Amino acid sequence: MTVMNSGVLLHGHETWTWLTTSPLFGITITVAAYALGRVLHERTGSPVVQPVLVAIVVIVVVLKLCGISYARYLVGGSYVGFWLGPATVALALPLHHEWHLVRRAAAPILTGVLAGALVSVTTAIVVTHLAGGSRVLQLTMAPKAATTPVSLALSTQIGGIPALTAVLTIIAGITGAICGPWILDRIGVKDLRARGIAMGSVSHGIGTARALTESRTEGAFSALCMGLTAVATSILVPLLILVV
Amino acid sequence: MSNAPVLRGLLALLTCQLVGEVLVRLSGVHVPGPVVGMLLFVVVLRLRKPAETSGLVTAPSLLLRHLHLLFIPAGVGIVVYLGTIRDNAWPLAAGLWISWLVGFVVTALVASALLRFVRERP
Repeated sequence: MTVMNSGVLLHGHETWTWLTTSPLFGITITVAAYALGRVLHERTGSPVVQPVLVAIVVIVVVLKLCGISYARYLVGGSYVGFWLGPATVALALPLHHEWHLVRRAAAPILTGVLAGALVSVTTAIVVTHLAGGSRVLQLTMAPKAATTPVSLALSTQIGGIPALTAVLTIIAGITGAICGPWILDRIGVKDLRARGIAMGSVSHGIGTARALTESRTEGAFSALCMGLTAVATSILVPLLILVV
Repeated sequence: MSNAPVLRGLLALLTCQLVGEVLVRLSGVHVPGPVVGMLLFVVVLRLRKPAETSGLVTAPSLLLRHLHLLFIPAGVGIVVYLGTIRDNAWPLAAGLWISWLVGFVVTALVASALLRFVRERP
């Protein structure tokens, strides 16, 4: 009995070290937390209980409790995050399905995206400044409407805090997924195409995923505008920070 | 037999991203590789017009169904900045949410005003 216990303890430490440094840990906890988020989302039926939000909170709590660093979590987490690239490519699918609608709406799409990018970047800098944020914080906030890989790269380029920009970008996305459709109903925007344009332009991929659950048309417009916003923001941010 | 189509679809997605990433680097344009990959994949889909059972449709559908899962690792990065966020809670919250709201409403209204001139059905 004693021998067995000490044996377990001896290996307990090694096992714990292996567990927290193996990619398996980060991958499993990410998928598990997401699955939990989906279950809670279905059970409650509430748009506030977004699986991505639930998962982030659960993982942060587990990492804090177990004293595991973000870098260690990423050993496995980055395997999951990697698929964000191919998934972005996959957004071509709704675009292809709704091509007949997209083609005819080129002018409203481009104008909407341009207006959205201009307003998003300018207000991000100005409001953060007015609320007492430092220049670094303003620059960190500026690209938040563009999809994560782009906002991260832009933040690096202009001297923000890249990882914080990624987090702000994701919160902007979650905000869209939670409040977007509700606000669109309140301001009387019923056109699925316009709804998609708004979701993709300020809430990128996370907003697009929500838009896809509303309708394929809304998802297609959102996916396209997410891509166009990435391009528009990449061009506008370096120019706007010179004047704002 | 049943696995082959999905595999081909995944290969198409990875290849489009790879070509996109290479093009972006060669040209020095500040556009993310996956976004260029998305445009390439639209061209592939327009040309091939795959059936709904084709891997070119099922593989992207699979990824899109769980798109949110893929954002989680980057979002967990918040754990590193909890201190910074606490110290700058007001400017960060105001800058993020006011800017988000204004951008969202302006985009929605501009797009919906212009779309009145474009019919949904031909």
